[in-house]
Amino acid sequence: MNQLNFKTHFLAGPWVGLMFISATLVAQTGCKKHSSRLTDELENQTTFRIGEVGSMTGSEATFGISTHNGISLAITEINAEGGVKGKSFELFTVDDQSKPEEAATAVTQLINQNRVNAILGEVASSRSLAMAPIAQGGKIPMITPSSTNPAVTEMGDYIFRVCFIDPFQGEVMAKFSLNNLKIRKVAILRDIKSDYSTGLARYFTAAFKKGGGEITLQQSYEAGDIDFKSQLTAIRTAKPQAILVPGYYTEVGLIARQARELGLTIPLLGGDGWDSPKLGEIAGKALDNSYFSNHYSSENQAPNIQNFISKYKSKFGAIPDGMAAMGYDAAKVLADAAKRAKSASAADLRDALAATRDYHGVTGTITIDQQRNAVKSAVVLKVENGAFKYQTTVNP
Amino acid sequence: MIEFVQHLINGLSLGSIYALIALGYTMVFGVLQLINFAHGEIYMVGAFVGYYTARYLHFGQQSSILSLFITLFASMSVCGCLGFAIERLAYRPLRRSARINVLITAVGVSLFLQFSGQLLFGADPKFFPQLFLSSGSWSLGEPGQPGQLGELKINPLQVLIFLIALTLMAALQYIIFRTRLGRAMRAVSFNHDLASLMGIPTDAIISYTFILGSALAGAAGVLVGLAYPKIDPLMGVMPGLKAFVAAVLGGIGNVTGAVVGSIVLGLAEEFLVGYGAPSFRDALAFSILILILLFKPTGLLGTQRTEKV
Repeated sequence: MNQLNFKTHFLAGPWVGLMFISATLVAQTGCKKHSSRLTDELENQTTFRIGEVGSMTGSEATFGISTHNGISLAITEINAEGGVKGKSFELFTVDDQSKPEEAATAVTQLINQNRVNAILGEVASSRSLAMAPIAQGGKIPMITPSSTNPAVTEMGDYIFRVCFIDPFQGEVMAKFSLNNLKIRKVAILRDIKSDYSTGLARYFTAAFKKGGGEITLQQSYEAGDIDFKSQLTAIRTAKPQAILVPGYYTEVGLIARQARELGLTIPLLGGDGWDSPKLGEIAGKALDNSYFSNHYSSENQAPNIQNFISKYKSKFGAIPDGMAAMGYDAAKVLADAAKRAKSASAADLRDALAATRDYHGVTGTITIDQQRNAVKSAVVLKVENGAFKYQTTVNP
Repeated sequence: MIEFVQHLINGLSLGSIYALIALGYTMVFGVLQLINFAHGEIYMVGAFVGYYTARYLHFGQQSSILSLFITLFASMSVCGCLGFAIERLAYRPLRRSARINVLITAVGVSLFLQFSGQLLFGADPKFFPQLFLSSGSWSLGEPGQPGQLGELKINPLQVLIFLIALTLMAALQYIIFRTRLGRAMRAVSFNHDLASLMGIPTDAIISYTFILGSALAGAAGVLVGLAYPKIDPLMGVMPGLKAFVAAVLGGIGNVTGAVVGSIVLGLAEEFLVGYGAPSFRDALAFSILILILLFKPTGLLGTQRTEKV
């Protein structure tokens, strides 16, 4: 018995070793073939695969959901028209839970496992900044529908956006406050954890000071905070004529309520981070007579916009917000580029995207410039009884 | 000057929220020498139970005070049961083992509740329905004159929270020092085995302590949900930790100490944020913890406990 065991042990050893070595060799060659196969596979796929990274849950949940709805509507329409070059569009969606780490993991998964041709995402600049290096490294074109921080497209030549950038957005609100609201003194309450918020505050400050305005006080908070009374009390003492709150809708709603509780009746100013159907639910009446800049207004009577709104309403039962409209345009711009691309390779798709000129989207005419940003107008909306009312358009 | 007083008011309301949670921590520690890290999560469950109750029973805007009581009652009952269940399933089997095992289990229960909450309730923030007294503010003095008394604003709900915290402190002091139940709790805390030899049903006493502490946390959850309408499954982490710091600051095991420590912490946080460094808000609480443990480990109101051999 023992001898038998000894024999099997003795014989098993080398066999196991051999199997192990051969397995590793196969895996190695397999891997090498894999990466070069990746680019071949992209061209030989039967569908055009789009990866989407969005915040379907977490504190910016409405951004992800709205964008996703816009993208799905666009893809349904594209596929109904027969797809692009005979290939239908296939959407892979990953939820990043409003966290940058998850966004990075999601884009890695989409590129390596789902073998997508292009990435659509993300809305929040912090998360786009986390995703961009990975998309750039994998040489997969990435289009962000609504990230406005300039640093996003600076990450590499495969990163694009179809919205305006914060230097322009900051200027929009600064000029609106100075010229339309005749406001000269503003206090700022920004989210120190958000690249979007700190960037927009900076650009607003520069433009506001240039126009002769004065920033009486700058305070900060962190995303996730629920109590802002200390910052607002300090702001109240500084006696500004308005408060700039360039944050995301969850905190903005709470800040507005607490500002009113402290007796501050001055208007609040903000950017496209306010755009959410939940803003009214959180803020109640507290945001009435406040203003923010955005990508589009649903009151715009242009036929293609109204057409989009009615299609979206019949599919999702609600009027599309700015994020949905941007998602729709991003997907459509991608399809347009895929049509113009010389081949299905990622490099040709990238070149076609960079050559986008005068694409008529629902959020305006989109031309991709040298820095891979879109040059577009912004609208200013006023909050009245929980609804957003169009005030004016500002052209670049 | 007015700004200073407003900060004082804000700090007191922040402190009373921490006090509501710290009372539960301190009570459980007083009886069991156990820091129940899951307490913050029970507070979170209380807020969610209150949210679902109010939504399910269609309590809308500015409902009556009855709706507030029903929500509080529902929340406190569910949290009491939850506290009982946690004690029975997670802590009682470890009563004979080393203190560190129960501590680690407590952390484990806390994490379990956080992530179950995310799974059950969804990770997005929910907005608490506006019940009695949630919005609006009271002015001290004639409004409209900046720099005058009229500028001071208090949210009536925060006054309510402050008064409830003080009442609970007095009630708990009374229970612990002037009733038979309280005497039994003190006996169990002094020496668990001797107390059971004397005929005190120690298991029942400990369960009762947990139920009471958890009910307090549940009430805190509802009240905070009303005052700051955003709730999410991770809302209990920071307030739980800060309430723990507050309880240690005041002297853990000491009921008055919990309230004093919470007020001090609330004021310190408010003044730090209002007058300079908002980013250090959370860092302040933990710096205080380190300092108090270095210089006065028994806390502000704690007394030295000499061990006689």
